[in-house]
Amino acid sequence: MIQSRSWLRTPLLSILLLIVWLLLVRSMAIGHILLGGFLSIIIPLVTRRFWDVQPSVKKPWLLLRFVLRVLADIIVANLEVAWLIVNPWRRLKPAFVEYPLMLEERFTITLLANTISLTPGTVSANLRMDGKTLLIHALNVEDEEALIEEIRERYERPLKEIYEC
Amino acid sequence: MTLYVILEGVIAFFLVAGGIFAFIGSLGMAHLRDFYMRLHGPTKATTLGIGCTLAASMLYFWVTEGKPDIQEMLITLFLFITAPVSAHLLAKTGLHQQLKYVKKTSGSPHELRREEVGEKPVPHPDKGHG
Repeated sequence: MIQSRSWLRTPLLSILLLIVWLLLVRSMAIGHILLGGFLSIIIPLVTRRFWDVQPSVKKPWLLLRFVLRVLADIIVANLEVAWLIVNPWRRLKPAFVEYPLMLEERFTITLLANTISLTPGTVSANLRMDGKTLLIHALNVEDEEALIEEIRERYERPLKEIYEC
Repeated sequence: MTLYVILEGVIAFFLVAGGIFAFIGSLGMAHLRDFYMRLHGPTKATTLGIGCTLAASMLYFWVTEGKPDIQEMLITLFLFITAPVSAHLLAKTGLHQQLKYVKKTSGSPHELRREEVGEKPVPHPDKGHG
């Protein structure tokens, strides 16, 4: 995608931008399609230097399953955190956990970090720049090993399958 | 007519649930013990709170205007994209500033360790890479 010299380097991104634009203005008028099309070509060109090379999705159906699972987990995570906050008898055991990364691409690591922030009681705090460990702050940890194992099985392995192998 | 009553109930449920979650998120931000724990409130509970409110809004306008409108989904989408990024940046800033954390926190990342001996400045662990 990056190598090609044409003015439309990232067709998927452009289409996505156009769709978002049309949804935002809530109209399908020809003028909006033209304006949205213009913007969706210009914006990728202008922001091109910020983009990493995105690995292609190898297994789209797994991606879909992953997204659904994350959505379900977000709801569960919300309930858990809400309960932890209001429960007057809580004994929170916060922890910093160093999570050894298996992923290598920067893009997939970003996805994993975002997923971790959105799901059960964990916020990704720092990615060590050598790209090997992710520092996670967790609100309530009984067993660090179990937490690492859970993230590994639920999120990292699917991501690796989807993008990297 | 009963359909309307049921839908009204569903919308009301979403609104109340959304309000409760948003409130709990803010409560967590207000009264948890340290910076890193407070960070959990706004990233999670609030996301669901806003999600519920938007679902209620979507449903309401679908019922009253008769056609579905997925514009609210965009807000949720943007929220899901931006919330973790800003949480990550806040946490990172907190580490950089070496903000205090509660004693019972287990694990001590080297970002937060004080150098015990020597006057020499400690090179940042991230230095020298990518």
